[in-house]
Amino acid sequence: MKQKETLRRVLTYLRPYGALLVLSLILAVVTVALTLYIPILTGDAVDCLVEQGAVDFAALAPILMQIAVVAALTALSQWIMGLCNNRLTLCTVRDIRAAAFRKLQNLPARYFDSHSNGDTVSRIIADADQLSDGLLLGFTQLFTGVITILGTILFMLSVNVVITLVVVLVTPLSLLVASFIAKRTYAMFTKQSVTRGEQTALIEEMVGGVKLVQAFGQQEQVMERFDEVNERLKKYSLRAIFFSSITNPATRFVNSLVYAGVGVTGAFSALTGAITVGQLTVFLSYANQYTKPFNEISGVVTELQNALACAGRIFDLLDEAEETPDGPDAVTPDHYDGAVELRDVAFSYTPDQSLITGLNLQVQPGQRIAIVGPTGCGKTTLINLLMRFYDVCGGSIAVDGTDIRELTRSGLRRGFGMVLQDTWLETATIAENIAMGRPDATREEIEAAAKQAHAHSFICRLPQGYDTMVENGGESLSQGQRQLLCIARVMLCRPPMLILDEATSSIDTRTEQKIQSAFLKLMEGRTAFIVAHRLSTIREADVILVMRDGHIIEQGNHAELLARKGFYAQLYESQFAV
Amino acid sequence: MRSLIKYLKRYTKECILGPLFKLLEATFELFVPLVVAAMIDTGIATGDKGFLLRQGILLVVLALIGLTCSITAQYFAAKAAVHFAGDLRHRLFAHIQRLPHSQQDRLGSDTLITRMTSDINQVQTGVNLTLRLLLRSPFIVFGAMVMACTIDLRSAGIFLGVIAALSVVVFGIMLWSIPRYKAVQQRLDQVLGATRENLSGVRVLRAFGRQWQETERFDQRNESLTSFGLFVGRITALMNPLTYVLVNLGLVVLLKTGAVEVDGGVLTQGQVVALVNYLSQILVELVKMANLIINITKSWACGNRIAQLLSTPEESVGTEQQTGEKSSDSVVFDHVSLTYADGGAPALKDISFHVVKNSVFGIIGGTGSGKSSVINLIPGFYHPTDGAVLIDGLSTKLWITDSLRQRIGLVPQKANLFRGTIAENLRWGDPEATEDQLWEALERAQAAEFVRQKELGLQTVVEQGGRNFSGGQRQRLTIARALVRRPEILILDDSASALDYATDAKLRKALRELEDTTVFIVSQRTSSIRFADQILVLEDGQAVGLGTHETLLKTCPVYREIHATQQEQEVGA
Repeated sequence: MKQKETLRRVLTYLRPYGALLVLSLILAVVTVALTLYIPILTGDAVDCLVEQGAVDFAALAPILMQIAVVAALTALSQWIMGLCNNRLTLCTVRDIRAAAFRKLQNLPARYFDSHSNGDTVSRIIADADQLSDGLLLGFTQLFTGVITILGTILFMLSVNVVITLVVVLVTPLSLLVASFIAKRTYAMFTKQSVTRGEQTALIEEMVGGVKLVQAFGQQEQVMERFDEVNERLKKYSLRAIFFSSITNPATRFVNSLVYAGVGVTGAFSALTGAITVGQLTVFLSYANQYTKPFNEISGVVTELQNALACAGRIFDLLDEAEETPDGPDAVTPDHYDGAVELRDVAFSYTPDQSLITGLNLQVQPGQRIAIVGPTGCGKTTLINLLMRFYDVCGGSIAVDGTDIRELTRSGLRRGFGMVLQDTWLETATIAENIAMGRPDATREEIEAAAKQAHAHSFICRLPQGYDTMVENGGESLSQGQRQLLCIARVMLCRPPMLILDEATSSIDTRTEQKIQSAFLKLMEGRTAFIVAHRLSTIREADVILVMRDGHIIEQGNHAELLARKGFYAQLYESQFAV
Repeated sequence: MRSLIKYLKRYTKECILGPLFKLLEATFELFVPLVVAAMIDTGIATGDKGFLLRQGILLVVLALIGLTCSITAQYFAAKAAVHFAGDLRHRLFAHIQRLPHSQQDRLGSDTLITRMTSDINQVQTGVNLTLRLLLRSPFIVFGAMVMACTIDLRSAGIFLGVIAALSVVVFGIMLWSIPRYKAVQQRLDQVLGATRENLSGVRVLRAFGRQWQETERFDQRNESLTSFGLFVGRITALMNPLTYVLVNLGLVVLLKTGAVEVDGGVLTQGQVVALVNYLSQILVELVKMANLIINITKSWACGNRIAQLLSTPEESVGTEQQTGEKSSDSVVFDHVSLTYADGGAPALKDISFHVVKNSVFGIIGGTGSGKSSVINLIPGFYHPTDGAVLIDGLSTKLWITDSLRQRIGLVPQKANLFRGTIAENLRWGDPEATEDQLWEALERAQAAEFVRQKELGLQTVVEQGGRNFSGGQRQRLTIARALVRRPEILILDDSASALDYATDAKLRKALRELEDTTVFIVSQRTSSIRFADQILVLEDGQAVGLGTHETLLKTCPVYREIHATQQEQEVGA
């Protein structure tokens, strides 16, 4: 049922190319018919050359002419069909990919948090390819195969009924052999691919951690595990490959039986004059190619099923629930004062596990809020809510007195500047990366922002300065440099509200000072939420939120929290206990 | 690739028998048109029914022999290919386990994984196909021509012409398309890159409202992939139609000259039919051969990459072991300089220090100052370019590598665990450790509490990379793993970064209580190392200070600066 539904949806993607599809099918019929017609012409030609002195040259010449013309037409039709199929597959896969990519832009953050990127990428790239290759080519192959079989039978019937019956009667044998082998092979291939998956996982793990393997001298133990899987894989691979490679000889054998049968019955018919020698050659050449489509069809069926499975995975992606769209009355303010109010906010990622309940917070324009707590305490949750990557489950968040759900998402997000520790840079030039939030910025503006973010000097030392390409997420830049670029990016937009994540251990002291000073410049006169690690930041914050295990457990300024002698006080003191 | 052939030597028998049986099969296949010719010329002409039946039976017998030969050949080919690939995988995996760090850095783990998996699979397919088809296809093409010549020498010209024309078309299109398919693949990689980037940067892109631009960029790449694919497709789609036309033109010429010869009594009708049959056999085999060559070129390239990897030198295993009088110094750096293989500036310049047994040694400095380089020299992961590193008085270059590393407990920066159970992971430190010893190590690493809370305790399953544990838990487990072996030298490479302050403090206290262990602690924070007996301050690969916390504060400006900024500003540890 599901497969039928999937197939129907694939067809909707084919609809724009309906004309091509129809043309391709028509050409397939034409090609097959012409291909099958040539042996008949050859047979006629052979009949012209009976024996010494009895060659009918007058009849032969037009037949040879016909063969040449028919062959040329076949080739032409085959070529155009190939072009149609190409266009059909490539354009369909393009459309599906484009649809999937657009879908990604509308999916909620929840989707990205709960699905691995690798899985989503493989749906859009590998599955889409499988779908187009497997489904469309499989379909045309199936179609051509069936027409060839039917055509062959029809042509044979038109020449001689008895011999045709011989051919048709042997057919089930061919099918039987093919399906017998296919079934065996399938089971073997499943075992092989499961074992191969197991081995690949082991390889990935151990190659990724080979330095540790060496440090702990575990080579032999690891090799033992590897060899165990490797031996199993050898066993299953041998069976799978051997069984699958029997298919060809076996069906060829059945084909030879058909051939021999046709040869003998044909020769007997020729004796009685029921057919001519030329017609016998027609039958022989039909017999030669008759079983071929059967082999192809049995292969195509597995391919089609595989392709449908892939299509199903893509459609699952396309069916994911999208973000609730911005309301019709949603506004995009062109100015924010920077007042933020959280009223009675409740939130959880999963319904059965409440994370934040009854959170109240009033932030005046220009205030600084420090968020403090051990790693993994859920500081990102707050960021998720402020940026509306997730919506609150209860209560409300308001900016300048307006509930953020009454703003457009893009309008809200434009009001915030975000610098996270997990720095992300795009594959583009340094300048383009800085201008991400304002693509129309001039080079002067970009350089000014970079200067304020203390990024200008290192950018100038790069090979092409501001036009240096950032590749692979900026792996050639240091973590600190990447962070400075992210700050410059926000510096250029000068948003009224900020979300900042202070550096931890992976940045050296000097770069850290630069970042800190860039942060201070950025925060001037702006509302800022800071995931804080520095004592100075925390001490000077207007409000400190202390988080632990996803909950906000304390709230107040430095002096108040110390006086409370709670978790914050404990954190603070443990720092100086050494 | 040639160096890989030796792995096939064990399967010489299969490698000879496989193609041999294939040739037999092909030979029998070549007889079929002759039998049919005889049926037409002798059987039908004379009306000899017995002869026709015998010829029919002969056809079946030929088919049976062909089937047997073919299956035998397939078996030998599959066996040789699978075992060859299996042996190669074993060898390559063993090799990777012994690759020195410098090679690992150069190659990267993605490359190594590709070599181990898809490259070897491709080589396996290549070997299998080669054994099955490489001899068969040319043999049939050539054989069909020879058989045709035995029937009629003059037709040889036609056959040669057709074969030449077909070869030009088939191989020409193939040669044209191989590099272009690579270009298609590159464009696909770009589409993939755009998708992956969009996913990894989803939050930032949305924060800047960039969805629309990103979509535009994706569309551009998607379109470029499609249009180039269409272009390549237009040419490759020519292959079948062109070969079809050529073969049929050959057929026309053959029939025309055949007609003259039949008329002149040189050829019989049946012989002409046989010639026609040989012609069609040639086409089928040439197309197969083209596909085979594509496959073999791919396999050859993969094979070369594997051979190249196998030819990189392995780690030296070392020759000596410290047995006699032990040195009172645990670790000595004697004017050590280190330059990594990829060139560039030296990572370490003229570093010297002595670390007394059972003391604590701290290393501090900015990113790229050479802290990890110092650490990596101790277990002999790299060897100094100049100077010497002495462990227990013996240079790391001489130490038997395994024996040296057995004395060292390493806690790397990146907390990595392996699939299995907690106990299995901890026993990497010492396969013979008892449960009590595991718990003791967990206690010390401040990990006992959360392990105890798990229902299965030590038997709790660890997923790949330990992703079912938090960063802090993972770090503590890796510390416990190193402690299980009760190492003479314990190395903590900035490995407490994900711990909260209280836990970190407890951990430091527990480590100070370790007996008979020299501890190396790498950190960017003075608070983590201030209690060390000696602290090495690194900047740009040079030692700019060595001493205790107190002396360094007085004598080392870099240390003072680091300490001052952190004292004033920091709450995190």
